[in-house]
Amino acid sequence: MDLRFSDAQPTEAERDVILACVPDVETVEVPGRVVRSGHAARSQRHLLLPALAAVQAQIGYVSEGSLMEICRRLMVPPADAYGVATFYALIRTEPHPPRVAHLCEDVGCAPFGGDELIAAVTDRLGPPGTGTDGATWAPSPCLGQCDRAPAAYLQLAGQDDQVMVGADAADADHLVDALRSGAGSDPDLSFPQQGQDGLELLARVGVVDPTSLDSHHSHGGGVALRRALELGPDGVRAEVGAANLRGRGGAAFPAAVKWNAVAAAPASTKYVICNADESEPGTFKDRLLLEGDPYRLLEAMTIAGYATGAEHGYLYVRGEYPVATRRLEHAIAACRAAGLLGGDVAGAGFAFDVELRRGQGAYICGEETALMESIEGHRGEPRNKPPFPTDAGLFGAPTLINNVETLFDVTDIVADGGAAFAATGTPDSTGGRLFCVAGAVHRPGVYEVAFGTTLAELLELAGGVDGELGAILLGGAAGSFVTADHLDVPLTFEGTRERGLALGSGVVMPFDAATDLGRIVTRIAAFFRDETCGQCVPCRVGVVRQEEALARYLGNGRDPVELELLADIDQAMTDASICGLGQTAASAVRSAIRQELV
Amino acid sequence: MTIHEPPIDRGVPADPAAASATVTVRIDGQDVTVPQGATLLDACRANDQPQPTLCYIETLTPVNACRVCVVEVEGSRPLVPSCSRQAEDGMVVATDSDRVRHSRRMVLEFLGSSVDLSLADGEVADWFAQYGADPTRYGPPMPPGDGRDHRHAGHHHAPGPDAGAETVEQPVKVDNDLYVRDYSKCILCYKCVEACGEDAQNTFAISVAGRGFDARISTEFDAALTDSACVYCGNCIEVCPTDALMFRSEYELRQAEVWDEPQQEVTTTVCSFCGVGCNLELHTQDDRIVKVTSPKDHSVTYGNLCIKGRFGYDYVQELSDDLATTPIDEVLRAARTPDPDDGRS
Ligand SMILES: Cc1cc2nc3c(=O)[nH]c(=O)nc-3n(C[C@H](O)[C@H](O)[C@H](O)COP(=O)(O)O)c2cc1C
Ligand code: SF4
Ligand code: SF4
Ligand code: SF4
Ligand code: FES
Ligand code: FES
Repeated sequence: MDLRFSDAQPTEAERDVILACVPDVETVEVPGRVVRSGHAARSQRHLLLPALAAVQAQIGYVSEGSLMEICRRLMVPPADAYGVATFYALIRTEPHPPRVAHLCEDVGCAPFGGDELIAAVTDRLGPPGTGTDGATWAPSPCLGQCDRAPAAYLQLAGQDDQVMVGADAADADHLVDALRSGAGSDPDLSFPQQGQDGLELLARVGVVDPTSLDSHHSHGGGVALRRALELGPDGVRAEVGAANLRGRGGAAFPAAVKWNAVAAAPASTKYVICNADESEPGTFKDRLLLEGDPYRLLEAMTIAGYATGAEHGYLYVRGEYPVATRRLEHAIAACRAAGLLGGDVAGAGFAFDVELRRGQGAYICGEETALMESIEGHRGEPRNKPPFPTDAGLFGAPTLINNVETLFDVTDIVADGGAAFAATGTPDSTGGRLFCVAGAVHRPGVYEVAFGTTLAELLELAGGVDGELGAILLGGAAGSFVTADHLDVPLTFEGTRERGLALGSGVVMPFDAATDLGRIVTRIAAFFRDETCGQCVPCRVGVVRQEEALARYLGNGRDPVELELLADIDQAMTDASICGLGQTAASAVRSAIRQELV
Repeated sequence: MTIHEPPIDRGVPADPAAASATVTVRIDGQDVTVPQGATLLDACRANDQPQPTLCYIETLTPVNACRVCVVEVEGSRPLVPSCSRQAEDGMVVATDSDRVRHSRRMVLEFLGSSVDLSLADGEVADWFAQYGADPTRYGPPMPPGDGRDHRHAGHHHAPGPDAGAETVEQPVKVDNDLYVRDYSKCILCYKCVEACGEDAQNTFAISVAGRGFDARISTEFDAALTDSACVYCGNCIEVCPTDALMFRSEYELRQAEVWDEPQQEVTTTVCSFCGVGCNLELHTQDDRIVKVTSPKDHSVTYGNLCIKGRFGYDYVQELSDDLATTPIDEVLRAARTPDPDDGRS
């Protein structure tokens, strides 16, 4: 390949950052062109996003010189790398203040103090992107902290990123100080059910020390892996089958079908991916698991690798989760040092290792094939299916991808048996489930309940609705609004499906009767407009037309012409889009209109 | 003279055993048998049922992004793109159901209301009529926002109650003597990116940058083509379905309202620069070459050329000052970047 690079050079500091994440490869340069760098460089394409992210993290933006240096080292065409860099909201390709407070403007924060926080920060720093002495702010989609609204994520070049939660307008000075100094602290790990008996998924959160492998082992860690080795790969998959475990990432797909397909695939290289990109507005359950119990996830991934014959694992964690990222990095290193990851896992004669990848601000990268494109160093554009990941996934190899919560269930299933797991819940919705309850409730937080609990019971558990119930957003931005008429819905896959609903990622977000639902629906439409990848026409243009028609409908006296447009747009996005984003981008809007909530 | 080559069939696997195998699908009630590996589009075409396509072209890997070719396949909840979905034995396909017609109409309306399709390939206007697409129902186009090339992924300014239809309108990029890029006409079909990349040219001068509705075709950092990797093969121009990419000569003549396509002649010849044997189609108006194409079914070029074949025709019609005779010459000379070495301006 004969690529052309501009003469732009990185600064010393930029070069150091790049060198640290892209090892030197042999290059032969003639002025303006790198003639040969060989297969070795090109096969490192997957380092493109980590390299861009590292420059962003240290320098605060990716200059032309940095981009060129990365491209020269990885033999990636500069236009291509620029296309990748500009896909992600957390990466800047133009000079930008290096300290950015990403302030949540989404449905779980804006009406609950977020508006006021944004106004107070704007008073101090000016409009987004401006600001003095290198500090500024940017509006952000849901940050996965909705139970502690309003939320902020501080992206600090050259320092560890931080989050600030529960920061209302009165905390604006404190927030700006933390932004300038980088001296904030990690929020604590509390959740309402802490200390209760009978928890499975959350059993160790807040109990085990998430930074200690010893603590993991002294709280039952390793039991599942030892049991898996006794069962053998086929036995493990049989237990997952007996458990009738369904995916918790949103699509509710039977886990065993994927596990068996990957195990049976006649390929020597296979992958296991943990989807920890949690970005569905209103969702924060995976964060609690990642921050509170990272070793359990690594153990589950190892079992998945063992049961499917995959030696390589990727853990793709949301970029706005710095605390989870630090704990996972630490846990991976500790497991490697202890021989629990690597060429001979636990001395049991099989290889498995996990590589951590940080997302860079793109909801779409939670879609499984977009996530794979992202790991490979491409724009996070979903693939058309078929082929499915179990046949041709990451790097074209058979790939198992599961959500964090799904994998957490696996350790219980393996340790106690699939039948015991299936004894909880209903025949079609086995086990327990995490729900993300936030918004207008007394005790927001992650709740673990058995499948079959009704919506009313769950809200009761969370202390009840604050004020008079208006509507509840169920399943996230890709879900639907429900009303008091639905409080009897059993929270199971089949129970919600019967009522034309979906559990999605477990979002339950009530709004009180005084909240203007028009603004909530408007925000959801804007979210999809911001987050569509832009690849396919029905979604790329559909989300724009939907937002415009909705704005006219709500702002101009509910003209039925707009309803006709919205219905037509809805049907085309739902029918003809490539991926689940476009296919569900009209769901919440549709449900609000049909029930005349707006 | 046109050379007839066998059609290109990239979709058919090389394995001879597989190549002889066939599958039968039922399309709109009729059984159609095609070689294994054929797509649903291939099957429709074999059954004399052409489907609308925008991002598909025989010579490039399907990206299945425009979705104008979608069909209904029994058992699949979403519609499927016929251009990329392989035909499987027993598939039951509808190409003209209400759902199919609706999605096709909406794709056309979405594009028609956001992109300038005035110069799109001839059939596009027919499809608008066939599917009853009315792009005006989304309101008047909103004034173009600025800085499309520098929009950051994510948050955007929300439309108000007086919103019309946002468009991709932006200034034409005229940054070299050979071709212009008018991305107000770009439907983001990815064809130019593929043609510049692995599927043909291997130059990788352009890519899709940005995200969502702000996604755009771009060089690195929106550099001018003259500062990019572009080698002016013009292969992207050849595949562009909407004339967003256009010979500078055609652009200038259109601006001057001298462009007269019905009056033009097309002469097929073989490029004389080297021994490869590329077929050239010289488009002439008033005895002046106004653009050069190559047949996409030609076995040597598949429509691709290099800068010499594509743009190196000036030596046969040197536009020196003294020879100016036609309005075409006037227009083209005026548009040329002045040569710094040659005293004139
Ligand atoms: C737009 C979009 C975003 C998604 N985001 C996530 C996510 O953040 N986390 C997740 O686990 N699954 C997400 N999914 C679902 C994944 O595509 C996939 O189904 C899931 O990771 C499979 O894991 P599971 O079977 O364990 O649920 C998303 C899907 C779509 C369409
Ligand atoms: S549906 Fe939307 S997000 Fe999904 S591929 Fe199409 S444009 Fe991208
Ligand atoms: S002219 Fe050739 S090299 Fe230049 S952008 Fe087009 S395809 Fe790429
Ligand atoms: S410039 Fe033309 S070929 Fe390229 S994406 Fe746009 S419409 Fe397609
Ligand atoms: S963190 Fe603000 S809505 Fe989720
Ligand atoms: S032609 Fe099939 S999706 Fe564009």
